[in-house]
Amino acid sequence: MILTLSWLRNHLNTKANINEIIAKLTNIGLEVEGVKEGSGNMSEFKIAKILKTEKHPNADKLKLCDVNIGGSSIVKVVCGADNARNGLITVYAPPGAIIPKSKMKLKVAKIRGVESRGMLCSESELNLSDESAGIIELKNINSKIGKSFFKSSGEKIVDLSITPNRPDCLGIRGIARDLAAAGVGKLIELKKNKIKQKTNQKIKVSITKEKNQGCHAFGSCLITGVKNQDSPKWLKDKITSLGLKPISAIVDITNYVMFDLNRPLHAYDADKINEEIIVRNSKKGESFTALDDKNYILQKNMCVIADKSGVLGLGGIIGGTRSGTELKTKNILLESAYFDPSSIRKTSKELNIDTDAKYRFERGIDPNSMLDGLKTATELILKICGGEASKFSISGKKVFKSKNIDLNVVKFKNTIGFSIADGETKKILNSLGFKTQSGKKILKVQVPTWRPDINQEIDLIEELIRIKGFDKIALIEPEKKRNKDTLNFQQKLFHLGQRCVSNRGYYEAVTWSFTDEKIDNLVYDDKNSISILNPISNELNVLRRSIFSNLLFYLKKNQDRGFQDIALFEVGPVFFGKKPGEQQIVIGAVKSGQLYKRSWSEKTRNVDIFDVKTDVIKTLNEIGINEEDLYVSAKTKNCYHPGRSGSINLKSENGPLLAQFGEIHPSIVSKLDYKEKNIYGFEIFLKNIPEPNKKLRILKENFNYSDFQISERDFAFVIDKTYQVGKLNKIIKNLDINIKTVNIFDVFQGGNLPIDKKSIAINVLLQANDKTLSDNDLNQISEKIIKEVENKTGGNIRS
Amino acid sequence: MSDLDNILNSFETKFSQIKNKDDLQNLKSEFFGKNGSISLQFKRMGSLNVEERKIFAKKLNGIKDKLTSQIDKKFKDFENQAINKKLKDEKVDITLPIRSIQSGKIHPVSQVIDEISSIFSEIGFSVAEGPDVESEYNNFTALNTPEDHPARDMHDTFYLDKDKKTLLRTHTSPVQIRTMLNGKPPFKIIVPGRTYRCDSDQTHAPMFHQLEGLHIDKDITMAHLKGCLNYFIREFFEVKKIKMRFRPSHFPFTEPSAEVDIGYKIKNGKIVIGEGDKWLEILGCGMVHPNVLKNTKVDPNKFQGFAFGMGIDRLAMLKYGINDLRAFFETDYRWLNHFGFDPLDVPTNYRGLSR
Repeated sequence: MILTLSWLRNHLNTKANINEIIAKLTNIGLEVEGVKEGSGNMSEFKIAKILKTEKHPNADKLKLCDVNIGGSSIVKVVCGADNARNGLITVYAPPGAIIPKSKMKLKVAKIRGVESRGMLCSESELNLSDESAGIIELKNINSKIGKSFFKSSGEKIVDLSITPNRPDCLGIRGIARDLAAAGVGKLIELKKNKIKQKTNQKIKVSITKEKNQGCHAFGSCLITGVKNQDSPKWLKDKITSLGLKPISAIVDITNYVMFDLNRPLHAYDADKINEEIIVRNSKKGESFTALDDKNYILQKNMCVIADKSGVLGLGGIIGGTRSGTELKTKNILLESAYFDPSSIRKTSKELNIDTDAKYRFERGIDPNSMLDGLKTATELILKICGGEASKFSISGKKVFKSKNIDLNVVKFKNTIGFSIADGETKKILNSLGFKTQSGKKILKVQVPTWRPDINQEIDLIEELIRIKGFDKIALIEPEKKRNKDTLNFQQKLFHLGQRCVSNRGYYEAVTWSFTDEKIDNLVYDDKNSISILNPISNELNVLRRSIFSNLLFYLKKNQDRGFQDIALFEVGPVFFGKKPGEQQIVIGAVKSGQLYKRSWSEKTRNVDIFDVKTDVIKTLNEIGINEEDLYVSAKTKNCYHPGRSGSINLKSENGPLLAQFGEIHPSIVSKLDYKEKNIYGFEIFLKNIPEPNKKLRILKENFNYSDFQISERDFAFVIDKTYQVGKLNKIIKNLDINIKTVNIFDVFQGGNLPIDKKSIAINVLLQANDKTLSDNDLNQISEKIIKEVENKTGGNIRS
Repeated sequence: MSDLDNILNSFETKFSQIKNKDDLQNLKSEFFGKNGSISLQFKRMGSLNVEERKIFAKKLNGIKDKLTSQIDKKFKDFENQAINKKLKDEKVDITLPIRSIQSGKIHPVSQVIDEISSIFSEIGFSVAEGPDVESEYNNFTALNTPEDHPARDMHDTFYLDKDKKTLLRTHTSPVQIRTMLNGKPPFKIIVPGRTYRCDSDQTHAPMFHQLEGLHIDKDITMAHLKGCLNYFIREFFEVKKIKMRFRPSHFPFTEPSAEVDIGYKIKNGKIVIGEGDKWLEILGCGMVHPNVLKNTKVDPNKFQGFAFGMGIDRLAMLKYGINDLRAFFETDYRWLNHFGFDPLDVPTNYRGLSR
């Protein structure tokens, strides 16, 4: 919504300057989005006179003009307009001026070799009309040469962002009323001039009675014998200050009244109406050409204004070209109607039309403003275009009742924190147009019909504090007290897991929850993707089902930027369905390339599966799961290399799946075309991490240690290549209470070994709590170990 | 010359020719070993009479002490020489680079969420969460935004089905609904989370993060709301005093509603929060609308309170001088490295939120 001080002053008697008004608007909830220097820069556009024209030496269609721009200043301007001629008074734009239409800044330039200082303007170039055939021709204003063409120069244009609850402030008058209530001035009463109205409105208007009828009332006035024409300057200035283009007096007047009183109107060329006006629901397939020159094909049950021949326009949204007014229009039918907000909204959404009228009707117009609108517009039309007006006629509902609300005076204090005097309460409400009647503890309040947003007591309290000022509200410091844990178990896991993975060298990414269907399908390996109805782009068209979908994409992007040896992770949701809650939080990480590249101290090597296995197991340990409770198996899924990946379940093969890890499947790597193809990843499924029923400190065993001598034994076995040595740890440890640790410290294949065998070396630490183990004890344990390992693996001890 | 003088002379001669530790060891054995010349002299003592013995013993002990101390000193010299040589040989180039240990980074959004949680934890708020996919009812209708309400236009919504019954939540406010429906008042929660709007340009991303706050109890007023937000902003920006302004606004789910601006100024190209005469809008808030309470089976005649919502990404941008919102989600390794946080830098109240 646009506001200028001069327009505001038509409704508000105030001495406040524009800055005070801007500050007040902000304080009462009419947010000032910006302030433009209205036609401030437009003041450069001067009224000027062409003294002499001659042909451009190098171009047939161009003229070289000597232009008087005031006083004795004369400049040379190259101009291509046919009507440029000696003695013509027109509009001159100097170098530096910005042409409103093209937004181009003028420079002193050579045109076909001849210097031109500025430009002579057409109406189209100044956004005054579509007229671009020649430059503007001004008449009989010799005395004004050198003066600014735009009168309202320098006036500030305030751009207000009006919240959807305040349709009344989509008119200058509503804003004036709010400002008056806030003490900025006095609201000026609407003029009550009598208009001569002798005849009845002769065109029949009917609103059909049907379900979903979107029009409740249709006010009209027939004005005959008008002479439509260009608007006078004051009106043009108002219309251009709105950022609109002046069209003709009749159209400009309806627009003016809409912005002045928030009362949309529509003017029909009465001679183009076939017999009568019928307000009815559309039939499916009906069509019409609207004033935006588009042809609309209607669904059924849209509220249309029609005549005997068919649809004229969409009620409250847009008129049609068939009955549009033109400069030659003689007789007009003026419409001032009330349309149902939800009907307007539904229709305009389906047809995707947005107009100033629609914007207002869908928010709620004062239904009782039909007559005020007709009156103001009729008066202006008669004044500017002449003609004779009929009496006003209203079809449909004539009076719309006001809402009544009881306001309990203590409720204000209970909500806001301080009390407000009864007198002030009434004063504020009355100045906003509410009627009040005092009762015991209760104030009976009648809501003006222009305030569809006021429906209950709390809305009145809001009005009171809004006008009183939010700065009056005290500030109570919060109490530093906590009765509940801040984080629940899953949230703690999230936080801890995030920090753990990061601490292992991964950079945390936050990527979209949606992703590219192609990558998602590739990673998730089925086609049941979760699509978004209206995605932001085709590359972000589904909800991600794997945490890898985006991570792999961004890993590639970083590789393309020249970073091959990197590690990324994200903690966030992945989805397994379209219903709320069909999602889980996953920690996902990817790592690519090599370690210790170009290091003076370490040997360069590829990232491998045991790097990610280490990262995933360490993270699981740190978020509270003992290493012994992690069951690692070669179970895998499609996004991983089948031979270089694994799963970690809790305690057993069938326990909850805690994590998966491995090399990213070579076919994915190849399809996504990575520069560095050595890529590993892991996922941790936080929801499967069990919440311990006791704190870690309670679960911790007592501190026991032994001071007796520790002995070490190393064993080497030759076993089947396929045997998973990870199992041996537990097997050996369970053999004897005095076995403290078991560590597999070498694995070897090839050499002299048979092709299907591998050699492993195991170190075992032995210590008793109650004595020093004797040679005999140690030998017995060693025997047990050898026997058990040979038994379980089918292998042999190496001699 | 007595034997002793001979021994002494011979020692001096040999001592002066010693070249290394082994020579010295040999010399020591030659004189003090089992059959060394000094040891033999001590054995001789038994054959002397008392007087002679007295004199001889004194002299011999004198020589012994002298020689031993000479030998010990020489040993020490050799040791020192050896250490000095070792030290000299073992000098490293200390300017070589450190071993490459890759340390990770925490994303600024995560860091700021932790900061926010820490601040609200102090005054008794718990962290609540809800799903990213929401019902149209929870996201709009229950929040007093019926289907044909123009306020829905303020949210460019991603839908998941043709009937527009499920969507990606446009704000974290539906968690208010879930929390109140699933519990009994009082409620005191904050909700950090992902939110979505199909809007994408320089200053809008299709996904961003919001922080919702909700405090419902018997006598919570707008004065509590003001105090709570003033406390939060002060703590978050780590300044002693802030300038804060409540401006009336409109959200369907609160009444009265306000937008909150904080004072700032630009100093040396950087934003300084808390002083200056410019205003920056940072959040929206208000008293929870009675209709919302009714929709969640909370009696508005018994309970009331406030709610607020703010953009986490924007808070992070303001606090840490990040200019581009889109960069948050572009996963540029260089950006993550530059703006990311050390994982050990966990925001706490006692150590200070940020370093």
